[in-house]
Amino acid sequence: MARAMWKGILTIGEERVAVKLFAAVEDRTVRFRLLHDEDGVPVKQRLVEPESEEIVEYAETERAFLTPERDLVVLHRDELEALEPAPSREIEVLRFVPKAAVDERWYERPYYLGPDGDASELAALAAAMRETERIGIARWVMRKKEYRGALRVADDGVPMLIMLRSADEVIVASELGAPTGKALDEREIAMAQQLLSLLESRFEPTQYRDEYRERMLELIRAKAEGKVIRHKAARPLRVEPDLAKALRESLEAERKRA
Amino acid sequence: MPEDGNEEQDVLDGGGARSLWSGAITFGLLSLAVDLFPAVRSEAVPLKIVDSKHRLLTRRYFCPQHERMLSRDEIVRGYEIREGEYVIVTDEELESLAPEKSRAIDLRKFVDVAEVDPKYFKRSYFLTPAESEANRAYRLLAETMERSGRAGIATFVMRDKEYLVALVSENGVLRADTLRFHDELRGPAEAGLPLEDSPEPKAVERYKRAIAELAAEEIDRAELVDTRTAKLRALIEQKLERGVDVERAAVAEEEEEEAEVIDLMEVLKRRLQPEEREPAPARRERTGKSRRDDELEGRSKAELYERAKALGVPGRSKMDKDELVRALREAGG
Repeated sequence: MARAMWKGILTIGEERVAVKLFAAVEDRTVRFRLLHDEDGVPVKQRLVEPESEEIVEYAETERAFLTPERDLVVLHRDELEALEPAPSREIEVLRFVPKAAVDERWYERPYYLGPDGDASELAALAAAMRETERIGIARWVMRKKEYRGALRVADDGVPMLIMLRSADEVIVASELGAPTGKALDEREIAMAQQLLSLLESRFEPTQYRDEYRERMLELIRAKAEGKVIRHKAARPLRVEPDLAKALRESLEAERKRA
Repeated sequence: MPEDGNEEQDVLDGGGARSLWSGAITFGLLSLAVDLFPAVRSEAVPLKIVDSKHRLLTRRYFCPQHERMLSRDEIVRGYEIREGEYVIVTDEELESLAPEKSRAIDLRKFVDVAEVDPKYFKRSYFLTPAESEANRAYRLLAETMERSGRAGIATFVMRDKEYLVALVSENGVLRADTLRFHDELRGPAEAGLPLEDSPEPKAVERYKRAIAELAAEEIDRAELVDTRTAKLRALIEQKLERGVDVERAAVAEEEEEEAEVIDLMEVLKRRLQPEEREPAPARRERTGKSRRDDELEGRSKAELYERAKALGVPGRSKMDKDELVRALREAGG
């Protein structure tokens, strides 16, 4: 069983539920080290003053904000420390909203919630959330950092807390203007809609594999065994520049496949 | 130029005026060139590192064996197979892993995005039409997808990594939400879950009342503000106003190109509606060049390189900017 990464107390109005957080993400990135090509030694990063090429130790550095006018505002360590939030175990739920109220762009990283001690309270909360079909918006402080999250119950009944990005990070999308141009041809839209409907399906996550990662690991294995790697020649995609013709031919091809 | 995993993430997080990737969306035989930009800002108030004399510092690679700084072309990418033993992997080898087809966002499946569990969502990017020729196909696809209410699901390779994306259309703008692959998520069983199935009905009622008390129809952006960021911003403004701890930053030569700080929102607006924001037809007429040529020349070398990569232009890694523009013109991109 995985170890809990943090313990907290969910507060919902007067109610309090002790929970443990478990990471739901497993990092599978193929990690490379950067090496000096001459001796194969892993490189280190150093902070350098570019003019004098002087190496500066991390402990001797300070932070500064650079304005667009290139003014440097120096922020001292004690000033930055004073901005750190007060430590707390509370995960405060502020409101419960319909699932659709949270745009996908807010979601950052999921965690499972398990009970810390008595499981009955968390089970009751999960059941209540399922019935109301709402998700909670929560805030908490963990390891000197502030977090925001969506409290929800997954299809399998397990409560989750999904970290949300901050309002500063998420652009208000409605302020963006769409590309404009001559009115579209309704017949082309109809053809595109037909093509789309032929490709409609359900989302099945297990269907997709990171094949690039698999090929990368294969390549590494083969190289480790001293095998010669053949490079595949790239083949360009077939593309039809005429919009209407492209749609017509795609529709025909897709109907034949079906 | 090799990048390790962490750095790669940094590259994709970065805002700024440049697109992160240039490529194509294909839908049947229809293809449209697009540029990809972040849909979320990475850090609201990014801080620089300075030394005790308040000079801006940069990060450089250093070989502890030779005790000297290294330039980019002295660095290779290695995968550790045994302690201290590495397999070197070159850029060309990585590139050969992605067949041409995998470099396009090929829409072969459309789903109801509400079906996708939120735990899959990773990060969002906006897609903009890369050139005026792509405008009509872009609008056609955006309109069609919006009417159907469906999201396209596809995988594609960008900067040495494969991405699973849900392509959604909102208000006439296409957005790619990257999704985690299924094997990047743990099951709840690994955390000793799920819970017992039959909670006390009384307790459930108690929580239902607590939920009803806090019910609202919308989120409140003010509740989702990072208070540390807000305080940091206030501190900076206060210092600027009083002129305390404010200094003129020296402009390092290599930095000048990036010195222009542009808000992501502004960049996106310019890319989505170029006609309304860049009224520069005079220049086009004077040089006698087509619009498309101008579009290519107005791009950074990195963007041109990405496009050349997407089109499989041979010898691109040794080309300078002008050569890339010429080669792209010949390749029709």
